[in-house]
Amino acid sequence: MSALLRGFVYGLLVVNAVLLTSAVNIWFERKFSARMQSRVGPTRVGPLGLLQPFADVAKLMSKEDTVPASGNRVLFTAAPLLATVCALAAAAVVPFTPDVVAADLDVGVLWVLAVGSITTIAIFMAGWASNNKFALLGGMRSIAQAVSYEVPLVLSAMVPVVLSGTMSLSGIVTWQSEHLWIAAWPLIPGLPAFVIFFLAMTAEANRIPFDIPEAESELVAGVTTEYSGMKFALFYVGEYAHTLVGSAIASALFLGGWSGPMAATMPWLGLVYMVVKTLFLFFMITWVRWSLVRFRSDQLLAICWKWLVPISVGLVLVAALWVELVPGVH
Amino acid sequence: MTESYAALGFLLGAFLMAGGMLAGAALLRVRATKKSPLKDTTYECGEEPVGAAWMQFHARYYLVALVFVLFDVEAVFLFPWAIEVHELGRAGLIAIVSFVAVLMLGWAYGVRKDALRWE
Repeated sequence: MSALLRGFVYGLLVVNAVLLTSAVNIWFERKFSARMQSRVGPTRVGPLGLLQPFADVAKLMSKEDTVPASGNRVLFTAAPLLATVCALAAAAVVPFTPDVVAADLDVGVLWVLAVGSITTIAIFMAGWASNNKFALLGGMRSIAQAVSYEVPLVLSAMVPVVLSGTMSLSGIVTWQSEHLWIAAWPLIPGLPAFVIFFLAMTAEANRIPFDIPEAESELVAGVTTEYSGMKFALFYVGEYAHTLVGSAIASALFLGGWSGPMAATMPWLGLVYMVVKTLFLFFMITWVRWSLVRFRSDQLLAICWKWLVPISVGLVLVAALWVELVPGVH
Repeated sequence: MTESYAALGFLLGAFLMAGGMLAGAALLRVRATKKSPLKDTTYECGEEPVGAAWMQFHARYYLVALVFVLFDVEAVFLFPWAIEVHELGRAGLIAIVSFVAVLMLGWAYGVRKDALRWE
């Protein structure tokens, strides 16, 4: 019972933290992209436009919430809920300090991959329930993309599992605090696996350059075409949550999570390391978003199947070879 | 075992927050005073929608799904081995390399046949 309650409290805390970070990030991203394009961005609402995200929420709340008459009302309402909840749920196993973790599951990596992939179903659900051609096309492309990038995601997440011999995220971070970051050592399966994981995670979260499911210039707004009001907002929360939680998981798996100088003696420092690493990866995704253009669907699949899949299979085997040949890994 | 309950609690907390947002917005929303059948039609660039969107889709999506199942099942088999790499030692490594080699043969066949190329 106490475990259930602990998980529940952590759930509420983490969700609120993610919501707040998303709000700040929406402001930051608008300012940042404006600077990149020689504009000034939001300036009117609050100092430096800081209250802009809250104004956006108020605007979305006041919008009429329509459901297409020819669509499926139940699935249409359930889709944004499912997308957000599943994107957030992956955070349950992320260790923030040596002691602060909502649920230290033995199969943490599996949990992350399992709940993370349900968001794909939510997006297809939205596309199908809208009964709109743009939405359905977006949903279908999204399935093809997410399903393809799931494979390198799973395989590159296996590299830390092979090296540390555990599937618990805290176990993997503890292993890294005793050895080195997996992205740094052993360099050969570590660094490329991190890069592949990061790419695949960006693709799973449908962020540019992998935002085929939305593709404003060709599909109006993709799966979110028919959405308005709070349901639309939930999709966006879900996307930000997926990116943020994905960054946290990438930093736990490959960048040592809470480990760093003096983290063992001062647990709060571990939290600082974890947050800094996560926000850095999150910022990288924002940066990429405003620097690159979108891949075409066929290029997207070619990159995945012809390059990322065989490379990540090879990396898993190299990691196993490393464990076999180098003494003292475990 | 207790940790699974914690994960369940986390799921409940996340669900409650997201559901609360939806329910709160549904309660607080500004209701439209005018109803019109046009509002409930789907968007098709301002034209009247032609037929339903629920129709046949291209077979290439099916191919991608098929290859995905192949590799995902491979990953399911690899995970139990991955956490026991050290204990299984050289014999385990040889077994897994031959297993993956058979699978990658299938992958090479698919690539040569252009099964994964979209034009």
